Amino acid sequence: MSVTILYQERLPYVAAAEASGEDLWVAAGELPVATGWELRPQGACRGDVCVPLPRDREGNFVREHPVRVNLPALARLLGQPVIHEDAHGVWSFGESAAARRGDMQSLRAPDFTLPDLGGRAHSLSDYRGRKVFLVFWASW
Amino acid sequence: MWQALHEELAGQGFTCIAIALDSGGPAKTEQWIRAAKPTYPCLIDERHLTAELYGIVNVPMGVWIDETGRIVRPAETAATSDAFRRHLDRTTKQMSAQGLAERERVRAAYLGALRDWAARGPASAYALSEEQARQRLPVLHEEHARAAASFRLGQYLSSRGHGQAAAPFLADARRLHPESWSYRRQTWELEEPGKAGSAEFWAAVDALGDRPYYPPARLSP
Repeated sequence: MSVTILYQERLPYVAAAEASGEDLWVAAGELPVATGWELRPQGACRGDVCVPLPRDREGNFVREHPVRVNLPALARLLGQPVIHEDAHGVWSFGESAAARRGDMQSLRAPDFTLPDLGGRAHSLSDYRGRKVFLVFWASW
Repeated sequence: MWQALHEELAGQGFTCIAIALDSGGPAKTEQWIRAAKPTYPCLIDERHLTAELYGIVNVPMGVWIDETGRIVRPAETAATSDAFRRHLDRTTKQMSAQGLAERERVRAAYLGALRDWAARGPASAYALSEEQARQRLPVLHEEHARAAASFRLGQYLSSRGHGQAAAPFLADARRLHPESWSYRRQTWELEEPGKAGSAEFWAAVDALGDRPYYPPARLSP
């Protein structure tokens, strides 16, 4: 079956996957583009960060033939919220509160890229070297 | 208001960046952006991603970031106040003279602080030290992280035309993060256009009692 994965700030990604209860098995090959994570011998890695998978429960995380990964199990290991809607097959993976708190404590302004009305993308980092006043508003 | 400030201070290495937390996208925001005739970036965040990154729970709120990318004032109410709760006629939408004066006083104080920072940078009393800035960071609980994931799921389903399937997730976002007026008003608006400013909104504001809708920005360090 195919599911839509909403992984943190990434754009929705449609993947072939097996969903069952709180488990969602995604082909290891699709993992990097869907989530930024990949399987390496030392565990699940994203950039320089690797998380070892508990050896005694490895079967909860990875299955062979073909290699696939239980994405919610990885998210739970990382303390990330997982929410799913089964009628349309949509899975939402958030950032953990602890990771977000850590980022905030650093006081580094998190970068983002958003479009303007004309569709042109702007990143906060484009404005490094200036004092930036971010002001949030809405039409509602 | 922001266009005038941006023009005034751009020569001092200052820029405004406006972000619309608005799932309605360009269709809902275009008329406001065009009316402002902005020369600063006006960006549209349909998925409210930056609200999660910066801890934004209402609008208008502001964040100050210095030349090195360090946050010198975390998320806070920007240039507005609770004057509307006491001085706005809810039928005519007219603010009393007293309300207008109060709003103007709060606005002038906030703009004055921005001008001082633009001119004096780290020497400005309004540029918080790291210690002070950390003490003012938004509080973030597990429920808030769940609220964000629920909001994203509900917002996605809603954007695909699955309003009914979206409803419980949008309601969860409100329940899990009740301090977020932006989740509350955006999710209402997704459920039913106009609901964000309806009787339901006013009932929720009145239910605050003595608690603020817009916690005042603490401009004195």
